[in-house]
Amino acid sequence: MLLVVEQFLNGLQFGLLLFLLAAGLTLVFGIMDLVNLAHGSLYMMGAYFAATFAAWTGSFLLGALMALGATLVLGIVLEVTALRHLYGRDHLDHVLATFGLILFFNEAVRLIWGPAGLALPLPAWLTVPVPILPGIHYPAYRLAIIVVALLVALLLYLGVMRTRIGMLIRAGASNREMIGALGINIKLLYTLVFGLGAALAGLAGLMQAPILTVQIGMGENILILAFVIIVIGGIGSIRGAFLAAIFVGMIDTLGRAFLPNLLRQVLSGAAASTAAPALSSMLIYLLMAIVLVVRPEGLFPANRR
Amino acid sequence: MKAITVSKAVTALMLAGLVLLPLYSQLSGNIFILTLFTRIIILALAAASLNLIMGFGGMMSFGHAAYLGIGGYAVGMLAQEGVGSGFIQFPVALAASAIYALVIGALSLRTRGVYFIMITLAFAQMAYYVASGLARYGGDDGLTIYKRSDFSGLIDLGNRVQFYYLCLACLFGVIFLIWRIVNSRFGLVVQGLRSNEQRMQAIGFPAKRYQLVCFVISGTMCGLAGALLANNTDFISPAVMYWTRSGDLMVMVILGGMGTLFGPVMGAVVFLLLEEFLSQITEYWALIMGPLLLLIVLFGRGGIMGALGRAGRG
Repeated sequence: MLLVVEQFLNGLQFGLLLFLLAAGLTLVFGIMDLVNLAHGSLYMMGAYFAATFAAWTGSFLLGALMALGATLVLGIVLEVTALRHLYGRDHLDHVLATFGLILFFNEAVRLIWGPAGLALPLPAWLTVPVPILPGIHYPAYRLAIIVVALLVALLLYLGVMRTRIGMLIRAGASNREMIGALGINIKLLYTLVFGLGAALAGLAGLMQAPILTVQIGMGENILILAFVIIVIGGIGSIRGAFLAAIFVGMIDTLGRAFLPNLLRQVLSGAAASTAAPALSSMLIYLLMAIVLVVRPEGLFPANRR
Repeated sequence: MKAITVSKAVTALMLAGLVLLPLYSQLSGNIFILTLFTRIIILALAAASLNLIMGFGGMMSFGHAAYLGIGGYAVGMLAQEGVGSGFIQFPVALAASAIYALVIGALSLRTRGVYFIMITLAFAQMAYYVASGLARYGGDDGLTIYKRSDFSGLIDLGNRVQFYYLCLACLFGVIFLIWRIVNSRFGLVVQGLRSNEQRMQAIGFPAKRYQLVCFVISGTMCGLAGALLANNTDFISPAVMYWTRSGDLMVMVILGGMGTLFGPVMGAVVFLLLEEFLSQITEYWALIMGPLLLLIVLFGRGGIMGALGRAGRG
C-alpha cells in the first residue's frame, strides 16, 4: 500500500515535470511550427544556472528565481539570433539546425562548467518527510514540485484561455497569417512565446536538478519523452500535453516500479531483472506507436481542420 | 551544361580519391587514414540508403540508425553463438533489417510529416532499449566480436585493404542500385508520391505499398552498413542505435545534398573529416560544429551538391 501510494505520487510528480517541458515544446510547435530539438538544452541550462546561482547566493529559492530569469533571457536571445530565421522553413531544416544547437550547448557547458556533473543541494526545510496520509510520509521537495507544477499548469491555462495575450497565442496557433494581417506584432508574440517555453523548460530543469545530478546531456532523454508526449497529446494542444504527460509519467514510473516483480512471476529472476528495465523503457514508445497507429493526429489535435 | 560538369568533376575526383586511398596509405605508411576512411565509407553507405527514402521518397526517417544496430547485432550475436561464416551472418543481417523495416514501415507510413519523423524516432529508441536489455549479448556495455565474418577463402575481412575494398564495393553497388531504382518506373512512382501523393493516388497508384517497398529496400541497405560497421569496430553496442546517430546520418544526407546520387557520400566524407579535423584542433570541436550546422541550414540550400551546381552556373 505504502509503495503503491508513493510510486503513484512519484509518477504524478514526474508527469507534471514532463508537462512543464512539453508545454513549451507544444506551444512553439503549434504556434511557430518549429521543431525545436534544443528544448532539452534549455532544460539543461536551467539546471546548470540554478546550481550555479544557488551556490553563489547561498539560497536555493533565490538561485531558482535567478535561473528562471536567466533561461527566459537565454530563450529570447536564442530566438532573436538564430531560430527566428527558421520559421517557415522545412521541418527537416529545423531538426538539423537545432541538432547543431544541442551540440553547441553540450560543448559550451563542458567548457564552462567542466565535464563532471554538479549537485544542487536542497535547503533543510525541503528535505523533511511530510505526512500525507496516516502512516505515509512523502518527501517535502517532491510534494513541492507537484504543487508548483500544478500551479504553473493552472496559470498557463488561465493565461492562455483568459488573457488578451493568451487569446493572441491561440489565434496565432490557428491562423498565423490572419493575425499578422490584423495588425498584431507577430514577431514580438513569437519571441514572447519562445521565451515562455524556455522559462518553462528551465523551471523543469531546475526543479529536477536536486533529484538527479546536473550533467551534460541530461536534456536529451527527457526531450524525447517530451516529444512523445506532444505527439500523443496532439501537437499544439496544451490540454493534450497535460493529460499525455501525466499518463506517460505514470506509465514510466509505475512500469519501472512494478514490472520487475510482475516479470519475476513468469521469468527466472536473472532474466526478469535484466528484461524489466528495457521493457519499462519501451512501454512509452509502444504506447506512442499504438496511439499514432490508431489516431495519427494524436489524442487531442489542436486545430481540427 | 557547365553546372553539371563542376559537380561531376568534384564527384569523380572524390571517387577516384576513395579508390586510390589504400595506395596512398601503403606508400605513406599512414594506417590510420585507412581505418578512418573505412568507417567513412560504411557510414556513407548508411547515408546513401537514408537518402533513398528521404531525398527521393520524401520520407523523413529519424530512426535510421536502428538498422546499423540490427545489422551489427545480427553479426555479433551469430558470432557469439559460434556461427562465424559471413555467408550466414550477412544474409541474416539483411533479412533482419528487412523484416524490421517492413513492420516499422507498415505502422509508420500511416502517419505523415512531423508525426512520421517522431514515430520512426520512437521505434529506433525502442530498438535501442531492446538491445540494452539483451543481457546475454552484453546489454548496455555492448558485445565484443572476437572474429570477423569469415568468407572462407573468398575475402579476408581481417586484412585492412581487402576489407576497405569490400566496403567500397558495397558502397558502389548500393549507389548503382539506387541509381537503377530511381530511374525505374518504380522509382518514378515513389518520387511522384513525394511531390504529390494525392494526385498519384488519384491516377491509381497504391501509394502506401510503393512507399513501404522503398522503405524496406532502404532499411535492408542500411542493415548491410550495420553488418560492415560491426566488422570494422569488432564491437557492437546499443550506442550505435542512439538517436543522435540517426541525427548524424540525416546531417550527412542534407549536408551533401538530399536527393542527389553522390550527395550523401560527399556529406559523409565532409562531415566525418570535419569532425576528425576539428577534434584534433580542439577538444571542444562540437562548439564549432554545432553553429556550423546552423549556418549550413540557414544559408546553404541544397547542401554541397547544390553549392557546386551554383558555382558552376555562377
